[in-house]
Amino acid sequence: MDYLLIQMLNGVQLGLLMFLLAAGLTLTFGIMDLVNLAHGSLYMMGAYLAWTLIGVTDSFFLGALLALPATFLLGVAVEAVVMRRLYARDHLDQVLATFGLILFFNELVRAVWGPAGKSIAVPAFLAHTVEILPGVLYPAYRFAIIVVGALVALLLAWLVARTRLGMLIRAGASNRRMIAALGVNIELLFSLVFGLGAVFAGLAGLMAAPISSVKIGMGDDILILAFVIIVIGGIGSIKGAFVAAMVVGQIDIVGRAFLPDFLKTFMSSAAASSAAPAISQVLVYVLMAGVLVWRPTGLFGQRN
Amino acid sequence: MVEPLLRTDRLVKRFGGLVATDTVSIDVRPGEIHALIGPNGAGKTTLVSQLTGNLAPDAGTIHFAGRDVTRLPTHARVRLGLARSFQITSVLREFTALENVALAVQAHAGHSFRFLADVRRDETLRAPARQGLDAVGLGARADTLASALSHGEQRQLEIAMALAGDPKLLLLDEPMAGMGGEESQRMIGFLQALKGKRAILLIEHDMDAVFQLADRITVLVYGRAIASGTPDEIRANTEVRQAYLGDETAEVA
Amino acid sequence: MAGLLAPLRTPRGLIVALILLVFAVLPLLTQAFDQRYLLSIGTRIVIWSIAAISLNMILGYGGLVSFGHAVFFGIGGYAVGILAANGLQSGWLQWPVAIAASVLWAALVGALSLRTRGVYFIMITLAFAQLVYYVSAGLEAYGADDGLNISRSRFDGLIDLRDKASFYWLCFVLLLGTLWFCGRFANSRFGFVLRGAKSNDQRMMALGFPVFRYRLAAFTLSGAFGGLAGILLANEGAYVSPAMMSWVKSGDLIVIVVLGGMGTLFGPLYGTIAFFVLEESLKPLLDLVHKGWGEYWQIVFGPMLVLIALYARGGIDSLLGRRHG
Repeated sequence: MDYLLIQMLNGVQLGLLMFLLAAGLTLTFGIMDLVNLAHGSLYMMGAYLAWTLIGVTDSFFLGALLALPATFLLGVAVEAVVMRRLYARDHLDQVLATFGLILFFNELVRAVWGPAGKSIAVPAFLAHTVEILPGVLYPAYRFAIIVVGALVALLLAWLVARTRLGMLIRAGASNRRMIAALGVNIELLFSLVFGLGAVFAGLAGLMAAPISSVKIGMGDDILILAFVIIVIGGIGSIKGAFVAAMVVGQIDIVGRAFLPDFLKTFMSSAAASSAAPAISQVLVYVLMAGVLVWRPTGLFGQRN
Repeated sequence: MVEPLLRTDRLVKRFGGLVATDTVSIDVRPGEIHALIGPNGAGKTTLVSQLTGNLAPDAGTIHFAGRDVTRLPTHARVRLGLARSFQITSVLREFTALENVALAVQAHAGHSFRFLADVRRDETLRAPARQGLDAVGLGARADTLASALSHGEQRQLEIAMALAGDPKLLLLDEPMAGMGGEESQRMIGFLQALKGKRAILLIEHDMDAVFQLADRITVLVYGRAIASGTPDEIRANTEVRQAYLGDETAEVA
Repeated sequence: MAGLLAPLRTPRGLIVALILLVFAVLPLLTQAFDQRYLLSIGTRIVIWSIAAISLNMILGYGGLVSFGHAVFFGIGGYAVGILAANGLQSGWLQWPVAIAASVLWAALVGALSLRTRGVYFIMITLAFAQLVYYVSAGLEAYGADDGLNISRSRFDGLIDLRDKASFYWLCFVLLLGTLWFCGRFANSRFGFVLRGAKSNDQRMMALGFPVFRYRLAAFTLSGAFGGLAGILLANEGAYVSPAMMSWVKSGDLIVIVVLGGMGTLFGPLYGTIAFFVLEESLKPLLDLVHKGWGEYWQIVFGPMLVLIALYARGGIDSLLGRRHG
């Protein structure tokens, strides 16, 4: 039972990381109608910037804290140089241009930081375990990710539901022309939202760094999962992204943790441990296919 | 008593709390022009969308050519002979006028799973398409891209496309919208010539045109059909005067 | 004869004829100048052109932004590879099986994804391609992540695919066949329905076309040719791996189609040539500017894609003047 609980917590932790990534994506989709493949590059840049800044400041906390405004500025810059010109274009142009951005960022990282991956150590103040239930130990760092992720999710929920910015975001998701009619400075709103999405992506990237590694293309695979999440949740819906991220997180982790034992009952041990991650990935896509057959615009997407 | 070609029976469509189509029963008989009028927001477009199969009604049935078509998809209704033109001009802009009509002819010439023969040399499509263009007076513009046609010409092209499959019923959604006086007169003349040959359900704002053309008129207000009858009966109907014609009464009479 | 030569009078026709002529004799040229490396690039250009033409069928003519087209490299390739690994090396068996597998997968994915539109369609095609990618990476018996070395398909007594020149010519003939089919297809009844639906699918439905069925058929057809390209790619390198269907390859294929000119017959061919030439020339060019920079050619290539998306949507084909017909 303890094992199951710990794996489920790992699922929650992965789900929250993916939610951070998906939230920015679904906002830019919903408001700007922008397909941004390069969102994963911001995740990667967040991790690399954090690696450098942690090295410079010699403090995980300080470095991570400085990396957030840095990714914000990077996001705003990317928005101003490239994205702004893409809003009025069709999806194909957006796919093409942001695909170009991915190539650019991946290569830039290779040129600046070198081809080898980097690692960020778990900060000393979190390098222990916490007793979440009597007798059940859980790594403090992973627990911290859950806390931070949950706080950000709450902050976002509050932002969208209660503030003027959130009102504009909701209005924009359902009707872009309406915000223009309200006399809002759209350019500012868009660059703010894009910057915000970049910060969330960067935060996810740097928090994930100590448990995986900082490497080129690290954002690309998880980005596709984030796309799956917003498609399942419904494009433009923060709530949908959250629900879908939680479900996908559970499928992924629990699948990896329990499938091998199950598979070993009818295949070789080596084959089972190799097939299990593949099968849990496949399950995620099967879920997506099922949702779309049932609801072609996702669980919480707008239907016309 | 002639069997009606199109008949709706207590059709209902709701959008949330709003009842856009409120138990509407109308019919169109073979060869007649039946006009559907009503102020903006009366639910005309919603009703048309249900007739064409773009929207599914919440209750009620639609019969066409002796069949219940309520659950039939758009393309199947077209096959049975229900053709439409759009309120907002809807032609294939990247194709020539002739190709537009040829595609409409093709839609009725069996399946299109033919991959090799060149459609640009296919006289079984092009000859009737040319006739169709001539019939609406666009013969000289056959090789012009649809996007380069004037607004009025695009409306004519729409009619030619709708007529290409030799439909039993023509559903015209504001065919005169955005047309100048002269163009409107030409369109009225053209529809007049069709009268008796084809059933037409006409949705139109231009009252002069409606009263000139229609055999029968149904008035839709807030999703309900408040009156139905000959142009004279509609003119004389007090409820219609109050609810809809209002200040225009003098003009119409 | 005069009719056949007529296209040569336009610059466009002349360029196409020249390109095809060079491709037709490429093995002779590379042998004469002793540049075997160029023949291998040429072979890959021909194979990628077939894949790009197949993507153009749905992307260019149908307006369907499929972001998972490289999956057909993988399905075609793995069908050959798995059969070969099990001792079934006859091309007469492998190739039809590979095409059938591609067709089946395309029909399944198409049936699910064509119910959606816009961004959803892009993401779903991408996600289904990833699904196959992960499955192939999980095939322990067939090399998993590392891929699988295979022996080439055998057409005993007919052609030996191990001979580089023979294999190249086979690919070239298949490219000609694909071009021929695509040219006919684009102006057929079917092609017009597909292009009409790209222009205005509501109107096409109102005309009485069951648009979904035609799109599904096009998607499936496109998958068949994509699978063919996969078969050839597997035989080219005598190797299959999950990397051949990574999503970056799907992105590359979109780049190629747009770069060459969407919805044009020869656009995918121009696009593939330009793509490979850029890749091969940017490296030495950058190295010339500063030694060592060539390695990072994508820093230049990435922004080039951004510029193409923003300012050059007509592609190379539009540079050659107006199309006739």
